[in-house]
Amino acid sequence: MIGRHRHCIALEAFSREEILEVLDLAVSMKEVLRRPLKKVPTLRGKMVVTLFFETSTRTRSSFETAAKILSADTLSWTAATSSVTKGETLIDTARNLEAMRPDVLVIRHSSGGAPDLVARNVSCSVVNAGDGAHEHPTQGLLDCFTLRERLGGFDGKTVAIVGDISHSRVARSDLHALTKLGARVRLCGPPTMIPMGVEKLGATVHHDLRTAVEGADAVVMLRIQHERIGDPLIPGTREYSKLWGLNVKKAEDWLIPSCVILHPGPINRGVELAPEVADGPRSVILDQVENGVAVRMAILYLLAGGPSAEASGSGRAQA
Amino acid sequence: MNADAVQRAVRRMAREIAERAGAEKADLAIVGIRTGGVHLAGRLRAEIAAATGREPPFGTLDIALYRDDLAERGSAPVVGPTDVRFPVQGKTIVLVDDVLYTGRTVRAALDEIVDFGRPRRVWLAVLVDRGGRELPVAPDFAGARIEVPEGEDVVVRLREGGAAEDAVVIRARRGT
Repeated sequence: MIGRHRHCIALEAFSREEILEVLDLAVSMKEVLRRPLKKVPTLRGKMVVTLFFETSTRTRSSFETAAKILSADTLSWTAATSSVTKGETLIDTARNLEAMRPDVLVIRHSSGGAPDLVARNVSCSVVNAGDGAHEHPTQGLLDCFTLRERLGGFDGKTVAIVGDISHSRVARSDLHALTKLGARVRLCGPPTMIPMGVEKLGATVHHDLRTAVEGADAVVMLRIQHERIGDPLIPGTREYSKLWGLNVKKAEDWLIPSCVILHPGPINRGVELAPEVADGPRSVILDQVENGVAVRMAILYLLAGGPSAEASGSGRAQA
Repeated sequence: MNADAVQRAVRRMAREIAERAGAEKADLAIVGIRTGGVHLAGRLRAEIAAATGREPPFGTLDIALYRDDLAERGSAPVVGPTDVRFPVQGKTIVLVDDVLYTGRTVRAALDEIVDFGRPRRVWLAVLVDRGGRELPVAPDFAGARIEVPEGEDVVVRLREGGAAEDAVVIRARRGT
């Protein structure tokens, strides 16, 4: 359980305290991750199943690494190699996996709401590893963990999120978590990539990169999705890079000296982020990868560490 | 036990540890089990430093990730920091806890410490051995041995933990 939650679907549903519980626990998990012998027996005999309907290397590897360090067994299903290609429905697939008695089911799906639908139909815990343009809660948590580590806290801090806000589940999870933790959030991107009325979620909207990043304590640069280039809503790569990409000159001229740069990966070098910036001293991108494992260890521990679904009966708690 | 008795017990244990270490005093290292053992371990370390002229390396263990009752508990226990920064290999580790009861915490701590390397040996030092073992674990150094019935708790309060003065009290168990 993470506070009241048996599943981890959306940070929108999490309270400030529940988010902090995960971040605090991840500090201890990071210590385990840095040991010469990276293995604790905590989740021995538990099973974590990853079910990915969308390709992903880092998120799946991160979950599997986290599970293995905690001694859980892992099983991975990929839609392309499964009977989904034979026409099986999402719920049927999930129920079949459930029959193998996993303790946690980690799901990525191209449709927002898919993990929630699965959570309502299985008795194990479900973790959302990214669903459509909805949320990517573990990415949001690892961004917050990285920011807290670098900035010392969230009060009075300003974080700018730059890119295709409309299609970004990372932006949504970051926005929900950061505003709950007390940070000010600025959203920036081409007008066609910013959803109408997003200010209601507590952010300010900017269409000029300079005003968005000036004075910010951190900048989250989102990946511009190649598959969307050519979409009439989106300018070409060169225009995007010129107006909303970050290069060394802009970084030096506009960012305060202590400002750090995050990116959820994979980076389009030279589009949203110049290579010198991605590899430069402000970049905390590789910290994010390491912290991602620690945060996912914390999530798996909280969800699988209690009594197993069988021991506690099959009563389904609210997500 | 009052403050004076606690002080004497700690000092005596430190002397015994230094004596038993003999010529291998340089290889001593102190590791406190969170949370109750940490302050006590700090004191033992200071006393050992005073007795031997050498401050042993210090670490803390949080055994939450090594518990054997995760599946029986209502929720996952809170995990605190484990901090062992010195090389464990070849050391004589003095594992420190305030109260020795079932022995399960010590079992978990032994499992955790060997994940950091292969110590030369591990000794167990506790302020109070209250009996009631469920595993074959025995202390190498104990400040006091008191047989306490199952329904009661032994509570060690130390100044470092915010107590007005050091004390060991026995009281009826509150809930579970």
